[in-house]
Amino acid sequence: MTPDYGQSESVHTALIILFYAAPFIALVVFGFIGMLAERSHYKSIRQREQNGLRIPITPTRRLEAGHIVAESRLVAASVVVSLDYFKRFLANLRNLFGGRVRSYESLLDRARREAILRMQDECPDADMILNFRMETSSIANTRGKQGAGGVEVLAYGTMVRYAAPGTTPPKIS
Amino acid sequence: MNDLILTNLETVPGRRTVEHYGLVSGNTVRAKNVGRDIAASLKNLVGGELKGYTQLLAQSRDEAVERMKEQAVAMGANAIVNVRFSTSSVAQGAAELYAYGTAVRVE
Repeated sequence: MTPDYGQSESVHTALIILFYAAPFIALVVFGFIGMLAERSHYKSIRQREQNGLRIPITPTRRLEAGHIVAESRLVAASVVVSLDYFKRFLANLRNLFGGRVRSYESLLDRARREAILRMQDECPDADMILNFRMETSSIANTRGKQGAGGVEVLAYGTMVRYAAPGTTPPKIS
Repeated sequence: MNDLILTNLETVPGRRTVEHYGLVSGNTVRAKNVGRDIAASLKNLVGGELKGYTQLLAQSRDEAVERMKEQAVAMGANAIVNVRFSTSSVAQGAAELYAYGTAVRVE
């Protein structure tokens, strides 16, 4: 009379196992996707950093002597990044024991380098970026502490374009 | 208003400051919208850049700068020096973007 009792039992157990294993499966899957994404992002960062001559950046305020400035303006670029599920899990684990949180290190490194690249892309004709500053702030999530929102990295500075020697800078109103 | 020179140096390179008008600032508080938040929380699972937020913050920062510029123009300045940015999350899901600087007139 009992219709295939054994099979429905095994399906049932499989579902229970799946239910409890789902977070771990998600951890592995999202972690893997995140790892691939990070790898390809690093590849693109490295490529763009080596791509041609990047504009020199300096945190000093003084202009090199002997240059006539044709143009100067503020340039800024920002990036918001967040950790993947797996790395956040690792970071939380790290919180228990203390020590170096590598998953955040690489995240911030990526964000900083990306922000710098974007800032440089904003002024391809610049000769120099002076008074370079970087600011990092964490953006809270609506869910508060639980889902770490993201980290915003803002890079800004003053781009300077030199005029050809012997010319006078254009007048402004 | 677009020929206003913005710089985070103390002076505009290559130009002499002839007049100081004092502090000008602009701020904006932005909340993330639900759609962006859902997209971002999905993106949160795999990590990486949250493009929606990047865009949102860039827009808000532009707005803060725009307000600062309006103030400077009203004062009769033609440049803003020593521009600084500051971001702070004032409430859950909302961020304040603040830009400030010194309005000056340069030659």
